Amino acid sequence: MHPILDLRHRPAAALVGLALVAIVLVVLPFVLTGIGTFWVRITNLAILFCLLALGLNIVVGFAGLLDLGYIAFYAVGAYTYALLASPHFGLHLPFWVILPIGAAVACFFGVILGAPTLKLRGDYLAIVTLGFGEIIRIFLNNLAQPVNITNGPQGIARIDPFRIGDLSFSTTDSIAGLTFTGPMKYYYLLLVVLIAVIAINLRLQDSRIGRAWEAIREDEVAARAMGINTRNMKLLAFAMGASFGGISGGMFSAIQGFISPESFVLVESIMVLSMVVLGGMGNIWGVVIGAVLLSFAPEILRYTVEPAQRMMFGRTLLDPEVIRMLLFGLALVLMMLFRPAGILPSALRKRELETRRSAG
Amino acid sequence: MAGQATLLSAQGIGKRFGGVQALSDVSFTIRQGEIYGLIGPNGAGKTTLFNVLTGIYEPDGGTFTFDGGALVGLKPHQVAERGIARTFQNIRLFANLSALENVMVGRHVRTRAGVWGAIARDRKTRDEEAGIERRALDLLEYVGVASRANDLAKNLPYGFQRRLEIARALATDPKLLALDEPAAGMNATETASLEALLHDIRRDGTTILLIEHDMKLVMGVCDRVLVLDYGRRIAEGPAAQVQKDPAVISAYLGGEIALDLKGA
Amino acid sequence: MDTFLQQIVNGLTLGSIYAIVALGYTMVYGIVQLINFAHGEVVMIGALTAYSVIVALTGAQVPLPAVAIVLVATMVAIPVCMAVGYTLERTAYRPLRRAPRLAPLITAIGLSIILQHLALIVWSRNPLPYPQIIHTVPYHLTGNPNGATITNVQIAIVVTSVAMMAGLVTLVYRTKLGIAMRAVAQNPSIAGLMGIDNNRVIALTFVIGAGLGAVAGVMVGSYYGIAHYQMGFLLGLKAFSAAVLGGIGNLAGAMLGGLLLGVIEALGAGYVGDLTNLCQLSGWFDALKVRCATDPNVTLFGSNYQDVFAFIVLILVLVFRPSGLLGERVSDRA
Repeated sequence: MHPILDLRHRPAAALVGLALVAIVLVVLPFVLTGIGTFWVRITNLAILFCLLALGLNIVVGFAGLLDLGYIAFYAVGAYTYALLASPHFGLHLPFWVILPIGAAVACFFGVILGAPTLKLRGDYLAIVTLGFGEIIRIFLNNLAQPVNITNGPQGIARIDPFRIGDLSFSTTDSIAGLTFTGPMKYYYLLLVVLIAVIAINLRLQDSRIGRAWEAIREDEVAARAMGINTRNMKLLAFAMGASFGGISGGMFSAIQGFISPESFVLVESIMVLSMVVLGGMGNIWGVVIGAVLLSFAPEILRYTVEPAQRMMFGRTLLDPEVIRMLLFGLALVLMMLFRPAGILPSALRKRELETRRSAG
Repeated sequence: MAGQATLLSAQGIGKRFGGVQALSDVSFTIRQGEIYGLIGPNGAGKTTLFNVLTGIYEPDGGTFTFDGGALVGLKPHQVAERGIARTFQNIRLFANLSALENVMVGRHVRTRAGVWGAIARDRKTRDEEAGIERRALDLLEYVGVASRANDLAKNLPYGFQRRLEIARALATDPKLLALDEPAAGMNATETASLEALLHDIRRDGTTILLIEHDMKLVMGVCDRVLVLDYGRRIAEGPAAQVQKDPAVISAYLGGEIALDLKGA
Repeated sequence: MDTFLQQIVNGLTLGSIYAIVALGYTMVYGIVQLINFAHGEVVMIGALTAYSVIVALTGAQVPLPAVAIVLVATMVAIPVCMAVGYTLERTAYRPLRRAPRLAPLITAIGLSIILQHLALIVWSRNPLPYPQIIHTVPYHLTGNPNGATITNVQIAIVVTSVAMMAGLVTLVYRTKLGIAMRAVAQNPSIAGLMGIDNNRVIALTFVIGAGLGAVAGVMVGSYYGIAHYQMGFLLGLKAFSAAVLGGIGNLAGAMLGGLLLGVIEALGAGYVGDLTNLCQLSGWFDALKVRCATDPNVTLFGSNYQDVFAFIVLILVLVFRPSGLLGERVSDRA
């Protein structure tokens, strides 16, 4: 927990801090809608990436297993949702039924991929997961023949939005005199989920299971000698990460209303990995910050780099998308070379460790 | 001091790596409550014996009987669960975890909380967690590292790292504590306090198997000593007797280490 | 029979290319036990560099025979790729040689992304058609005029690959540098004590691997007639699978794995459609019979699944024989 939010030692300061953060988070969508609904959508995507990054953080950050095909689990969750809640098969199950199914399916894939490969050295796992990501994408692209399951490269459209009773998340409603657009509703839902996922991550990290993961990450041989069943623990991390990916994928499906294999390419896996690395592997708040920064990066670049180029050269030489990818690459290289512990200052991390202990 | 009951008995243990016979037909027994030394020149097969005992390698032949049951074929984590904990010759701590967390990891095998407990933090999990932390702090106190409980393991001084590794092993509630050269790289003062610690551990009921090159320490703490040379058992018996054994003297004098046989 | 023969020819051609790329992975792995993740990108740079040279030379109407132009292009691509390989070693691997294994892997992924997008900026976002300056001549392998053929380009690829493999084996087993490389692979600290400059030997290994990659890049470009900034990813992944199949760290293994993978892929792509054609079962299901009457090819998996075979091979090998066909153990137990 961030020292400012340390409830035990500085209760007053912590409460004021929390209240301020809460107010900002609640008011944010209204402010953003004022600028343009587009920005609420971008924020929603950023929160989705936070969820993904936190899921991958369990695998990479806690347990030290490099999963380069993480987006495949996101894809599995997304397609599970799309197939069970769209006109494609004419099925329209409610989201609270599908999301757990999506998590379970993704978890199942995680286990069948992890069980045979987790005994291998870490870099092999990286390659195998990379291959797995590609296999899933190839299947999504081709499973339109002979029976049309995924609708191939065209993807699946008109996916149902979330619905709770009469409240649909895709329409604009007036509640208590305030206008809530679809994206705003999703924003609040995503925020709740994000807070829950952060809480789960924090609790996992500071638990018997979390310590076992971190022990495996630090020294697998020693972890085994201390009585940790490393194979099962790694599988657990893998399966949990996959489930989080599956749930995020389902929400992505509902929010976008349309998915196609193109949303689940390798670059997306790398992007999520960059977020985890940038924030400092295993550092939950760092990962959230990393995910927010990198999610907004393309928009920020669009509004800064492009006009700057036009001013200097009279035209756009470098597409912001390309610059963004170069930045991702650079982030990975520079972070590993100079700041493997992440962007958060190391003093903070150290203090975090101390407060956690003296509070406990 | 040493009880008569057998804790560990090894029968005809053999291990070959390619063309090298690292261990051949090694047999010995460790009694409940004793400190049992394992010495021999470099490359004699001491660490290999540790690795075979703790399930890191599978022996080519022979059996271990520990606390009434067979050990061979168990995975390292199962060996730990049965009650054998070890340290490593080249310290293997969890470098980026705090000293306290290192010891808490050692409690893993004696605790139960799973994912749901971790997320829900029910009463049972909270109690267990508090117990883990209390026990870990006690153990840090016991080995004398309590003052640095919140430091990352990698930032501790060398002597503290060695002791922390012992605390982590003790956290698994071992019946047999296997120490691989715990005094390596320590100065005389550090070694003396390590010696005191070993006496304490034995007094508190844990049997110790000790690989050590520091003969003064071995003679000072070990009830009995097993001497290996080229993977074979060349002598076994009380420390005072072994140091007079001609085979041992020739192994050491022929080897690279000159042994101060007058020792302790 | 002709189809089979044709697929074998295509497979061996493709396999020779995989083998050359796989050698790059396996050499680096053999010496530093790390996967050079960005090796596929080196191949891509090689293909694109050669593309530019060929376009420039043909555009300037240099009076050289086509083969010479390709040779010149290759000669330019090799040093460029070697420079890239050296840069990779210096930035991603050398500073992190003692770091946890994840670190160099992540740096290499980062460099991969950077190289790809630099290539995008320098060349193009779009696939570039490789100038077909060499006139492709097919030779019939059987009496059947519509039967299996082998082209001059295919022959050139296979012959060049074999020559390069032979050269590499000579280098590793017959020269002083080769002895140094094997010594460093065995035990870097002892090799260091024997007066071998580890850093230099490791850098040279990367550079040689990159040189091979450059040639492979030119071969891929000429064979498929296309070069693209993302072409290295899949090729690299497949070549890595080939190296694992043969036994990573083992030169002969990389060659064998490459050729085998090429053949598996070609045969797989050639036959998977027929093998999974559900119309074979139309006697059993009436619904199928109706459908097969109008469309005789109701295939479960068509040749568009070609890219899946390499990964399936990779996963199967890792599960059942992680040491590969010719290699030593890879899973790290203590």
